[in-house]
Amino acid sequence: MSKTSEDLHTETLKLSFGPQHPATHGTLQIVMELDGEIVVDVEPHIGFLHTGFEKLAEHMSYNQFVTVTDRMNYLSPLSNNIGFSVAAEKLFGIEVPKRAQYIRVLMGELSRIADHLVAIGTAAMDLGAMTVFLYGFREREKLYDLFEWATGARLTTSYTRVGGLMRDLPDEFPDAVRKWLAQFPKTIDEIEKLLSHNRIFQDRTYDIGIISEEDVLKYSLTGPVARASGVKYDVRKDMPYSSYEDFDFEVPVGENGDAYDRYLVRMEELRQSMKIIEQVLDNLPDGHVNIDPDSKFMLPGKDEVYTTIEGLIHHFEVTMENRGILPPVGEIYMGTETPNGELGFYIVSNGGREPYRVRIRPPSFINYTIFKKLMKGAMFSDIVSNLGSLNIIAGELDR
Amino acid sequence: MTDVSKFFSDLENKLSEKFGDEFISGNEFHGTVSVSVKSKKILDILEYCVFDVDLKLTFLTDLTAVDYLEMEAPGRLAVVYCLRNVDNMNQVLIKAFLPADETEIDSAVGMWSSAEWLEREVWDLFGIKFKGNPNLKRILLPDDYEGHPLLKDYPLKGRGERDSFKVIQRESGRY
Repeated sequence: MSKTSEDLHTETLKLSFGPQHPATHGTLQIVMELDGEIVVDVEPHIGFLHTGFEKLAEHMSYNQFVTVTDRMNYLSPLSNNIGFSVAAEKLFGIEVPKRAQYIRVLMGELSRIADHLVAIGTAAMDLGAMTVFLYGFREREKLYDLFEWATGARLTTSYTRVGGLMRDLPDEFPDAVRKWLAQFPKTIDEIEKLLSHNRIFQDRTYDIGIISEEDVLKYSLTGPVARASGVKYDVRKDMPYSSYEDFDFEVPVGENGDAYDRYLVRMEELRQSMKIIEQVLDNLPDGHVNIDPDSKFMLPGKDEVYTTIEGLIHHFEVTMENRGILPPVGEIYMGTETPNGELGFYIVSNGGREPYRVRIRPPSFINYTIFKKLMKGAMFSDIVSNLGSLNIIAGELDR
Repeated sequence: MTDVSKFFSDLENKLSEKFGDEFISGNEFHGTVSVSVKSKKILDILEYCVFDVDLKLTFLTDLTAVDYLEMEAPGRLAVVYCLRNVDNMNQVLIKAFLPADETEIDSAVGMWSSAEWLEREVWDLFGIKFKGNPNLKRILLPDDYEGHPLLKDYPLKGRGERDSFKVIQRESGRY
């Protein structure tokens, strides 16, 4: 034996993961440098879904931009609608009626459940547990039926307006949600039974992608990713908006900050969201969902437009390009808690009908910045555990 | 959350006292506190905000830029840092205005690792260079893209149809 392993010529392998790969859940590319099964370096390439939302916003009125927010995080469009409307209302300095705020909380939490079901399901599917994905999608489908009933669309909901909602909930909607709530815990139990004590799932998520508390601060992480590392930060609790202060719920935090903890935090958030939904349904106030019609801020009802001259004039006043209510000159930042983390809107207004500049603080984009650090020196197979547990949504990543 | 107007006046006093000429103005609007500063000593200002015992604005919520071409402002381009105190949730927008005809500012990567990608995005869309960013290249747009689309003088519809783009000749036999 003259040759030892040291004499043998070895070199690292460059491997491209994505842009089209089932485990990227969208279009993102990761170019990896591999030494055997060890990842030496990663270079994520993003931007494949860049659509210029921020540029578009400068050429749309505030209510028109709500339709664009649907397309950001396409797993929970309602949360984005709510986030933008809350921010625009802060700019205009108006407050929507209590009923609208409660309905926004209800829809926001339902979409949080839908989003988490996909996040958990796809993360498990990438690790080989197909069933969880199907169980999750079964419940998500029921939720999407509810969304379609209330908003008229499954994905392009555009449910909120600056100053209220597109329309009130159907009369039987709360009962339908109650019925859905009653049968949902069974699915949570099923998922837990399949994953929580599953040896394969544990082996592939325990101590994988550990994020320390310092890293949360250094990498500006938010949402379940930050909470899994033990940082008790939740915009709903710390800076309540849309009446979140009225509801009693816990903010789950993890201990180790690994992929398994991120899964556990998401599971617990499902339960907490159910708790909030129950409280909303029990205390749903009566009244209007839009701010006072006399303020001429919102479109009048169609019955008024078609039958009265005042209603018709009002309708034109709101929709004509050189008319309508204009925002004050100023700039605001408003963050809301979406399923992936803090979705912030920084709006600069020059007093015109269209915003001067809208900056979207995308939770996925900022959570993804830590990916390179997590992967350096990790095993090749950890890539899907990390990617799945960070829950990168390409639509929001690239905007 | 502590009282916003008290936080605002404290911050304004501290920054104007400490940095004098570098500090331009402060503003409070519907609960959002923003201060305008010059970009030259931005790292000192950020460091002060992070380490001052009363401020402790340690969390970089967001980093972006605004092109004030069509609005009245102390300069055209401003890099905006959104900082937050994670204990009492005080929040401030620090707008660093670049001098006219200059597109370079110090990078904040040394303080927050998340700034790397956020600064790359600002470079990509606004053309502001960050001195000290180790990996300053385009992030959302293709590497060979020309122009910076979020500038106000960049047309909404881009640079037109295929006639406006140069023809790329592929080497024969490459495929």
